[in-house]
Amino acid sequence: MALALQTFATVKDANAALKAAGTRYLGGGTLVIRAANEGDVSVSGFVRSTEPSLSTIAVAGGKVRIGASVTMSTISRHADLGALAKAARAVGGPAVRNMATIGGNLFAPAPYGDFAVALLALDAIVGTDDGEAPIEIFLANRYGSAIVTSVSFALPKADSFRFLKVSRVKPKGVSVLSIASVLELAPDGTVSSARIALGCMADRPMRAKSAENALIGQSLTKDGIASALAAVNDGTSPATDPIASAWYRNEVLPVHLGRLLLG
Amino acid sequence: MAKVPVQFTLNGSEKAEFVDSGTTLLHALRDKIGDTSPKGGCHQGTCGACSVIIDGELRLSCLTLAETCNGVAITTTAGLSEAGVLHPLQRAFLEAFATQCGFCTPGMIMAAKVLLDHTPNPSRDEVVEALSGNICRCTGYEPIIQAVLTAARSNSQNAA
Repeated sequence: MALALQTFATVKDANAALKAAGTRYLGGGTLVIRAANEGDVSVSGFVRSTEPSLSTIAVAGGKVRIGASVTMSTISRHADLGALAKAARAVGGPAVRNMATIGGNLFAPAPYGDFAVALLALDAIVGTDDGEAPIEIFLANRYGSAIVTSVSFALPKADSFRFLKVSRVKPKGVSVLSIASVLELAPDGTVSSARIALGCMADRPMRAKSAENALIGQSLTKDGIASALAAVNDGTSPATDPIASAWYRNEVLPVHLGRLLLG
Repeated sequence: MAKVPVQFTLNGSEKAEFVDSGTTLLHALRDKIGDTSPKGGCHQGTCGACSVIIDGELRLSCLTLAETCNGVAITTTAGLSEAGVLHPLQRAFLEAFATQCGFCTPGMIMAAKVLLDHTPNPSRDEVVEALSGNICRCTGYEPIIQAVLTAARSNSQNAA
């Protein structure tokens, strides 16, 4: 049976309609229509908003604000977002990327949501009609939130942002895990600040804070990153799913972090 | 359930229908309009068999609601041949034995058409990337990749 869609010109009105039990917000459709097609009986209807600000990208003063309805393919093609193109292209195949939105990716459960891992490393701010929240706090309470309207972050300096997705099927498979990092180096080449985010290593994208701390003051050499690799599994609790077991994810995580840091 | 009007261009022809709100584009195309070239495979956005081109972009019709498509131009594989003459991609798929059971073929051709529309002379890697959202369980993919490369060469020769 088809589930009715309500379309609103403003996010405010869509938020009000979303309070009805069983109603889901429709972004690109790759999560909620999929759930409905799968027979998820908790879905009783869809709500969407056509507010123009949801579909805009604004870059100014080294910062970017991306409307929640902006798609992965738009991000991957945007001249000012070249550093993020690899992470945007890591999401699905071409058709999925033409539909999947940055707002929706925040709600994609593991083993999906690779772009949210990048946003976590970028220390993004998530905007809703209720205000703004750091992405780490938003992800911890993401279900039941008001409609996401935007994601904002400082554009990373050249070469400071790195992203890696590990999948068994090439070129596009579901993630075994994904890693994003933002590293800044001191003039002597040692790491002065580090943010490392992991996907598929918990029930939501998580920061590898022990590894981040272990990198500070170290050079990006095999010896310099050894303590970070030893610490990267701290606090992880990956799922066992058809893609990989929790054991396997934990075993290969240090290997892939090493490749990301030395690459 | 209330019906909602849906109006779009399908393969160059204006179409107007009333559908139940929440009806997928795949269902509207196949069961209301009668274009059965998009296939319903996984209904999860995984197999790509339902792929269509909407305003020049590849989309999954199984995850698209018909009522969000008002005013758009939709292309399906059923609209590619002209006056009984197969599109170069269709001909290449036939000649390269890129079709076995045929279920994935319309989606593959849609994905390939978008690629060639934007990148007339793609590399093999670009073809593989363009087809990466489409699953085939018969061919092992290589004949499909070769068919797309052949169609690209054919287009280039015709344009020269």
